[in-house]
Amino acid sequence: NRTRQIFGRLGNAVQETDTITDSLWDELEESLLGADVGPSTTLWLIERLRQRVSDENLQTGSQVQYALREELSTLLGKSSSLRFSKQSPLTVILVIGVNGSGKTTTIAKMAYRLSQEGHQVMLAAGDTFRAAAIDQLQEWGNRIQVPVISQKPNSDPGAVVFDALQAAQSRGSDVLIVDTAGRLHTKFNLMEELKKINKIIQKFVPDGPHELLMVIDATTGQNALLQARKFAEDIGLTGVVITKLDSTAKGGFAFAVADDLGVPIKFIGTGEKVENLMPFEPQNFVAALFA
Amino acid sequence: MAMFENLSKRLEGIFNNLGGQGRLTEEDVNAALREVRLALIEADVNLKVARQFVDRVKEKAIGADVMGSLSPAQQVLSIVNEELVEVLGGVEGDNKLNLGGTPPQIIMLVGLQGSGKTTTAAKLANYLRKQGQRPLLVAADMYRPAAVNQLKSLGRQLTIPVYSEAAGADPVEICVNSLDYAREQANTVVILDTAGRLNIDERMMNEVINIRDRLHPREVLLVADAMTGQEAVHVASDFNQAVSLTGMILTKMDGDARGGAALSIRTVTGVPVKFMGVGEKTDALEPFYPDRLASRILGMGDVLSLIERA
Ligand SMILES: Nc1nc2c(ncn2[C@@H]2O[C@H](COP(=O)(O)OP(=O)(O)OP(=O)(O)O)[C@@H](O)[C@H]2O)c(=O)[nH]1
Ligand SMILES: Nc1nc2c(ncn2[C@@H]2O[C@H](COP(=O)(O)OP(=O)(O)OP(=O)(O)O)[C@@H](O)[C@H]2O)c(=O)[nH]1
Ligand SMILES: [Mg+2]
Ligand SMILES: [Mg+2]
Repeated sequence: NRTRQIFGRLGNAVQETDTITDSLWDELEESLLGADVGPSTTLWLIERLRQRVSDENLQTGSQVQYALREELSTLLGKSSSLRFSKQSPLTVILVIGVNGSGKTTTIAKMAYRLSQEGHQVMLAAGDTFRAAAIDQLQEWGNRIQVPVISQKPNSDPGAVVFDALQAAQSRGSDVLIVDTAGRLHTKFNLMEELKKINKIIQKFVPDGPHELLMVIDATTGQNALLQARKFAEDIGLTGVVITKLDSTAKGGFAFAVADDLGVPIKFIGTGEKVENLMPFEPQNFVAALFA
Repeated sequence: MAMFENLSKRLEGIFNNLGGQGRLTEEDVNAALREVRLALIEADVNLKVARQFVDRVKEKAIGADVMGSLSPAQQVLSIVNEELVEVLGGVEGDNKLNLGGTPPQIIMLVGLQGSGKTTTAAKLANYLRKQGQRPLLVAADMYRPAAVNQLKSLGRQLTIPVYSEAAGADPVEICVNSLDYAREQANTVVILDTAGRLNIDERMMNEVINIRDRLHPREVLLVADAMTGQEAVHVASDFNQAVSLTGMILTKMDGDARGGAALSIRTVTGVPVKFMGVGEKTDALEPFYPDRLASRILGMGDVLSLIERA
């Protein structure tokens, strides 16, 4: 694991130096950039650390590393669990994101987790566009024994969501998770379609959707921030899920995303199986950078 | 970030502060190249690749005569742009598929989960049929739920045949059997859609190695998402080591990703980008042109046209 080596090296280098040298700063910069933290956030962090070194009279590399961990954790904010409706018996979770980020799989994982916890979960096959997207969700539904409401391919996603809301209410489900087609944030029509789905949910459950989760692939680079900003601007976000953290990618965009938008990261995906979903722990995420 | 949105402005700023008269000095160039390096990283070029690239530019830039009509900033930019085009494959590019020889010729698509392999397989089949080929699509992903149905459904839309086997079949055997089928049906090109896999998943990497060893595909293409960040180099070099890539296809270029990952992949593997995916539909595939990606990575089509006019 090479990225880890970079940080591992950093960890060592930092601990071995008792003085704060130029090469320490260079190495810090490299490590952050190499983890997709991005130039702006990286330069900001370095600046901030330099300030702290002089303000707090930090002397050693390990003090700097400790300060960096603090700064990184602060950017991520607090951990945050799923929000359930307090007013309505039905909680609605809308899952959105660009193509192939892992939405459908994450929905299956969340549904599995929630039904294990005793919730009556239902899924809405709101991706009527991509080939076999409905089949994919249905197959997950069969595997985890959760009902899936769907219509024919190419039907109106709004109509599917409407159907599913009705079905969830009449069958007494307490959580409905809505899958949506992958869409690049730059596509005007597709973003409008999402707003429409959002409105349909709000008509049914006025305080919903209770979660608007954006799914981002950990291997994404700096585009993640553009994506998150646009989704947040157009329909709002209540949380982010970072998938594919079983890869060697670090998901360093998370710092800018969480800080810039003030939106918490709620879960991480660590594999293709239903069990591979974990609540997001800021401390662990930061520690993984230095592992 | 807005900070790097306009590289040319930042470079102008730097040269205004520095001397930079008549000839580019080392000091001018160093300051400018730091900006270039950060802009490349902002565009998702791997940081080591970016440094290597900037070092090459430096050699060319120092001492270069400033052309009358260009500002020092434009001068550096034009050297950066030229070098980018060069590294990405030259003005001509190298975007042709290599499908000569006795048919059927085999194309294998590999890559990370969700990068766009299945969609690209269908796009490629569609593209090749327009060139007079008789393509066969092969559903070799037996892991992702409904992966086979996805390819079948795309095949149906395009009326292009799809070879598949029942659940539980072995992907390597499926690929081997598909060749017999292709010969029977007189298909001229066979496109293998493999499952998404992580480059560090040894068992799954062995599977593609086995497919490669049994079928000797003429083209082994890495399908990579244009939004990929720093990891692209590791993914590309691991896949290249495992199955000897012959090219790559950069997907999801219809968004606003800069696509710097392509420069990283090209640098560590040496393989050319052959196509770009520019949408979800089966006709959204374009041959790759280095100059277009170069200006996109630099985020400055405008400045380049300025330089051209100068
Ligand atoms: N390794 C790994 N693979 C994952 C993870 N989450 C999802 N995947 C895989 O990523 C690929 C895409 O996942 P999907 O759930 O279909 O993604 P999506 O966002 O619904 O895709 P579209 O609906 O086409 O936009 C599949 O092969 C999944 O198995 C994860 O945490 N780790
Ligand atoms: N906008 C856009 N979407 C694309 C492009 N290529 C593929 N996609 C979308 O990306 C998502 C993933 O594509 P797939 O073809 O399923 O990817 P894959 O690599 O086969 O995924 P796995 O088999 O799960 O590894 C789908 O929603 C596709 O429609 C492209 O060029 N542009
Ligand atoms: Mg999906
Ligand atoms: Mg696929």
